[in-house]
Parts: sequence; C-alpha cells; structure tokens
Amino acid sequence: MDFVQNFPFFSIILSMLSGIISSVLPGKAAKWVNTAVIFISGVLSWVLLLYLMRKGESYTYMMGHFPAPWGNEIRAGVLEAGTALFFCIIMLLSLFGGRKKLEEEVDSEKHNLYYILMDLMLSSLLALVYTNDLFTAYVFVEINTIAACGLIMIRQNGRTIEAAVRYMIMSLLGSGLLLMGICMLYDLTGHLLMSNIHEQVKALASSGQYRTPLLVTIALMSVGLAIKSALFPFHAWLPDAYGYSTVSSAAVLSSLVSKGYIFLLMKIVYRVIGVTVFDDSRIIDVLFVFGLMGMIFGSLSAIRENDIRRMIAYSSVAQIGYIYMGIGMGTEAGMAASVFHILSHAATKSLLFVAAIGLTDVSKGSRKFIDLTGAAYRNKWAGVAFTVGSLSMVGVPLFSGFISKLLFAQAAVQNSGKMLPALIVLGISTILNAIYFMKTVIRIYTPVDSINNTADTAGDMVYAYKNRRSYTTALICFTILNVILGVSSQPVVDLIGQGLAMFS
Amino acid sequence: MSRLKPQKEYEKTFAFHFFRWLSGSKDPYLGEVEMQPQKEIETPESTILERMSERQMIHDKVYDVEKNRKLVLFHKIYVIAAIFFSIVLAGLLLYTVSCLPGTGNASNPANNEVPKRYIEKGLEETGAVNVVTGMILDYRAFDTFGESNVLFIATVTVLILLHRKKKGSGEKEEDDRVFEPKNDVILQASAAILVPVIIIYGIYVILNGHLSPGGGFSGGAIIGAGLILYLTAFGFEKAEKMFTEKTYKAVCFVALTFYCLAKSYSFFTGANHLDSHIPLGEAGHILSSGLILPLNICVGMVVACTMYTFYVMFRKGDF
Repeated sequence: MDFVQNFPFFSIILSMLSGIISSVLPGKAAKWVNTAVIFISGVLSWVLLLYLMRKGESYTYMMGHFPAPWGNEIRAGVLEAGTALFFCIIMLLSLFGGRKKLEEEVDSEKHNLYYILMDLMLSSLLALVYTNDLFTAYVFVEINTIAACGLIMIRQNGRTIEAAVRYMIMSLLGSGLLLMGICMLYDLTGHLLMSNIHEQVKALASSGQYRTPLLVTIALMSVGLAIKSALFPFHAWLPDAYGYSTVSSAAVLSSLVSKGYIFLLMKIVYRVIGVTVFDDSRIIDVLFVFGLMGMIFGSLSAIRENDIRRMIAYSSVAQIGYIYMGIGMGTEAGMAASVFHILSHAATKSLLFVAAIGLTDVSKGSRKFIDLTGAAYRNKWAGVAFTVGSLSMVGVPLFSGFISKLLFAQAAVQNSGKMLPALIVLGISTILNAIYFMKTVIRIYTPVDSINNTADTAGDMVYAYKNRRSYTTALICFTILNVILGVSSQPVVDLIGQGLAMFS
Repeated sequence: MSRLKPQKEYEKTFAFHFFRWLSGSKDPYLGEVEMQPQKEIETPESTILERMSERQMIHDKVYDVEKNRKLVLFHKIYVIAAIFFSIVLAGLLLYTVSCLPGTGNASNPANNEVPKRYIEKGLEETGAVNVVTGMILDYRAFDTFGESNVLFIATVTVLILLHRKKKGSGEKEEDDRVFEPKNDVILQASAAILVPVIIIYGIYVILNGHLSPGGGFSGGAIIGAGLILYLTAFGFEKAEKMFTEKTYKAVCFVALTFYCLAKSYSFFTGANHLDSHIPLGEAGHILSSGLILPLNICVGMVVACTMYTFYVMFRKGDF
C-alpha cells in the first residue's frame, strides 16, 4: 500500500486533533492552528487527487485492525479528493475574508471557540466526503449540525440566536429522518457499510421483497438531507441564518455545509441505494419538482428582499434548487452538472457574501439598498468582486455560473421526459436572477451626489473595512477561482465524469 | 394586628412557641437553628415595569393577533396542517414498521456474518469480555471517537451561548443565584452520604467496562450525576474549589488528545498491516484488552465533564 493512501485519514484526524488542542490555546494561536490545518488538509487532498488521477481507480482504507463490515472504512476516489480539496480552498478563503469582521463582532474570549468549531466543521466535511459507512456519516452529520449552530450564534444578538434555534430545530428534524432511514435500511439489509448495503438492496429490489419499507427508507433519507440542505419548502431557516451570522460563518454555511449534505445524498444515491433503484422510486421526481419550485420561489423571495445579505441568502435557495434539479434528472449528465454546480455555487456564493460585507461597511454598516448607492466607488475591490459574483450567478460566459447552466441545459436535452420543464424553468430562473443581481450591481455603481458624499466619507472613518490586505487577497483569489472554473472548465468536467464513474 | 394579651404574656403561651417553631427560627429539640426562612427577593418597581413594557412590545410587534386577521387565519390553518401532517407521518411510519422483518427471527437480514464474528470472535480479537464495549471501542472506534467529539463540540456550543463575561467587563446581569435555595440540611446530609458512593460506583462502572455491562458513556453519566448532586447540595462556592473551567479544559484536553493519538496509532498500524504491539492481556483481568480500558476512562471523563458543564452553564454558573 502506498503511503499516499493514508492521506484522507491524516486530514480527518489532524483537523479533529487541532480542534481538541485549540480548546486550551488562546484565540490567536487557535487561528494559526486552524489556518495551518486547513492548508495542510488542502495540500494532502491535492497530492491524493494527483495520485488517484494517475492510478485511475478508487481504493478503500481500513480504519483499524479489522476489515470492512466489522470495522470502519473510508474510501477515496477522484471525486472525493477533488471535493475535499475544493472545500479546503473555499473554507480558507472565507476565513481570510471575514477575519477582521470576526474580530469586531465576536468577543475576544470566544475566538478560540470559533476556531474549534471551524476545525471540527472541516473534519466533519472531510469525513462526510470520504466515509464509506452510513453510521460514520451520521455521526459526522451530528458534528456538522452542532458546529453550524455554534457558527451562527457566535455573533450574539437576538436575530442570530433566533436563527440558530430555527436552524437547530429544522436541522435536527432532518437528522432524525436520516437516522430513521439508516435504521430501517439496517433492518432490511443487515449492514452499515455502503458497498454491502448496495448489494443487498439490489437483491431486494430484484426479488421484490420489502418494497414499501425500501421506498419509505429512500424517501426518509432524501427528505432528511433535503431539509438539512434547505431545499425549497424547507428553506425557512436559511435567510436569517445566512443573513445575520458573521460573514465567515455565512460563507462557510452557504457554500460548504449544505454542499456536504448534498454530497452525502449523492453518495447514498450512487453507492447505497444504487442509481437504478433510486430512479425506479418516484422520489427522484419529487426532488426534481421541488428543485424546480425552489429555483423560481427562491429567486422571487430574493427580488422582494430589501436587505443585501438576505437577498444573497435567498439566492442560495434558488441555487440549491438547481442542484436538486440536476439530481432529479436521474442521468449521469444531470448528476455531473449538479456536482459542477456544487463547486461553482460554493465559489460564487462565498465570494458574494465576502464582497457584500465590504460594501455594507462603507455604507455605515447599513444593509438596505438605498444606503448602498455608490458603494462600489467607496470600496473598489468589493465592487468588482460583487459584480463578478453577480455575473457568474446570472450565467454570463467566462464565469463559472455559465458553465453550470450550460451543463444543466445539456443534461436536460438528453432527458426526454424532463426536458421541457427543466429548460423553461432554467430560462425563467436566469431572468429572475438577472433582475435581482443586476439591480444590485446597478445600485452600487450609481454615483451619489456630493452632499451625500461628505457624509459617507465620515461613515468611512467608522466602518473602514476596505484596504485590508487579507480581505482584498481573499476577494482576488475568489475571483480568480471563479474565472478559472468558468474559462477552463473542461478539465474539471472531465474530472467529475471520471469521479462519478469511479463512484458507482 | 392587635393582640388581646401584651407581648410578654404572649411569649409564654403555646401559640407563640408553635408559631416560632413553624417559622423555623427555633426548634424545640435543637434550640436555636441557623436556618432562616428565605427572604423575599425585592424587585424594584422599575424592573417590573421595564419587563412588562418589553413583553408588551414584543407581543405587539411579533404576535399582533388582534389587528392582523391574516395572521390569525394563518395560525389556525398552520395548527390544523401541522396536526394533519404529524398524524399522516406517524401513520406512514407505523405502517412501514409493520412491514419490516419481525423482531427475533433467526432468518432476519440483520443476523448475518457481522454480529456472528462480533459474538464468536469478539473476546479473542479485542480481549473484552463485554462484547458491546469491544464493538464500540475496538471494531468501530472511529465512530466512538466521533461521538466523543459530538459531546465536546456540544459543550463548546453551550459555552458560546451561555458563558458569561468575566466580572467587571460589560453590563451587570441579573443574578439568578439569589433565587436558589441554600443550605438545605436534608439535602446536604443525604448528599454527603450519597455523592461518594455514586462517584465510586461510576468509577467502578468505567473500570469494569470491558468485563461487565457498562463502560465510558454510562459510567461517565453516573459520575456526572454525582457531581451535579454535590453542586446542588453545597452550592457553587464549594463546588468551584474542586471543579472550575480550568479543570474542565484540562480533563477534556487530556482525555480527547489521548484518545486521538492512541487511536490514530492503532488506525495507522491497522490500515498499513503493521503490528501494533499493544498486548491484549488475559481476558477477564482488569488490566486487559489492550487500549479499551484507557479509552473507556477517557470517554468517561469526557462524558462526566460534559454533563457537569451543561448543568453549571444552564444554572448561570461563573465557572
């Protein structure tokens, strides 16, 4: 066995260990430990990705002295390593972008607690990506949920605590449904290991035994994960949670936490239930329909919103809808488009959150649109970055959002039954996206007259949040990442195709 | 109140003795008693008014039920829909459970090679007489490490939510401790007997986790309950002499780091097919079954600390 094969295990254990060690460290040291761990995990995943691309096949890794059905096991393929690498990059950049804001908004005594949450969040995301065991997945879903609650309420005011309570209730409902699904699946198959369950489910489906429980199990797991990743009718917790928490938390929650659950759902579809059984159940159409509804209603809510952070948050509902639409198509191409959209949305949404905070801070901290007039002139980098993010979200060529929309359209064309609704809703949703994002971009590039300007420079003195080096660097990196995904998308798409082939 | 008798004569009557005994300041057998009835807590009128106005404001803003007909209608529909949904979900789940394989059948899918190896070879492979402990701390130790991290992160979250700022910084909060009963003799006397027994029993359950039913989670919960009883009986001042935030941090740090490092070693050697050099010992002895005993102790410490910290935090302890 090659030494590189240890890397997934190293990155998970390292991030957990760093969380434990951070509990006795002061805030500053915890920050550096956290940065180092995210960086190291990223490098490890990158090396692993290169190794797997050369090797061309996935491998399983035994956690302990006992082989798989008895002990725990993790598994790494191209898709897993790539996603882990991408998650590390996004998390690192989000933390860089929101660092100063975090220092302003959170008690200095609680900084080390924040970084503990981040470390454990990273470990849970990595474990969700790499695990090959449903119960391990559930354990790390729990860690993920609790860490997300902490990330929301670390900035303590009434709104965040309310948001955290809402998030907790909805998220625990999702966890509960997922756990029930796992229990029933164990009762039906006698295994917790994904590959063994897959074999048993295949046998059950072909023999026609336990048809109802199997269907209910698939429904419970899909709905549970859909609630946790804020699919349309279950999105009520989302705007407050993303809109009022500190900016790094909002970026991490919107671009990583919900994506971790979606990745787990994909894993369940491919590696536990199996694509054919999942396609045969009607659940896939339900996901498709709710994805379409989310695309429209999320955008409509975003248009009505008068608060820039909440607007971006509602836009997430629409984007999650895109991903579920791709899963709901039930084809390889649709799934590949969804995976690409996970990456694209993660890169864009965190960029938008980080850029929005720069814009609001030069507008006396107000998040109302009327106060944001001309904000892009006051903070040039944030303005440019926000424009890039908006263009990408709308789906303008050169940016990552265009490629994902193209892939969705291609996937829809290949699927005869679902082509028409998918294409129509894709078109409507693009127009709606354009309405609210272009409205914002025009607003921030509208010059203000000189009388207001003097007042705004006074505001700058109080909320001087521009020209911070780490902040600007994060914005530039996000922009570059976005353009790379948009311009040279073919290698990434190939990688996703290869990864999905390895997946099943 | 006017009395028929003057004060001095009244003090000689039975009624006076009875009421003095009833109010607790004097006991006929023990003489003067220290315990005084609790003083009424005085709340300044301004606070009450403030609270009332706040409540009114929240009520008006959030639940403006009288003026907002839409909201009333929504609430009615919401309640009906929620009840309907719950009944449907419960019915569906009950129906599904009735379709699952029956309990206790030998031919159930869950009775396959997995539990077979656990039961037949568990003792030989893990050295633990208690197969359940062998499963959670050796076969599936990674999951259990995740679980202890769940406890750890739950404490972190509760600390974020409820940890009070250090004294002298920021606004003065209302002190809830004045509402607590203090120095209850009965509670203190029984706690003085029970607490050592409970804690020793918890330690026994942890140390024998690999030999008899029990283990880190249950034993830790018992110890935590003992600590909570001690705190309830003797108050924060005494409890903080032995358990403060520093103790919590130190214990959790040591336990989890040891767990992490020990198990990492074991995972690494296992995955790379190396020999781990950890002796399993003789089954049935207290010092046996390799890493299971120290891991049980670690889990127990984490669980006990978590329970106690939750209790302290929810009682607004300073820690």
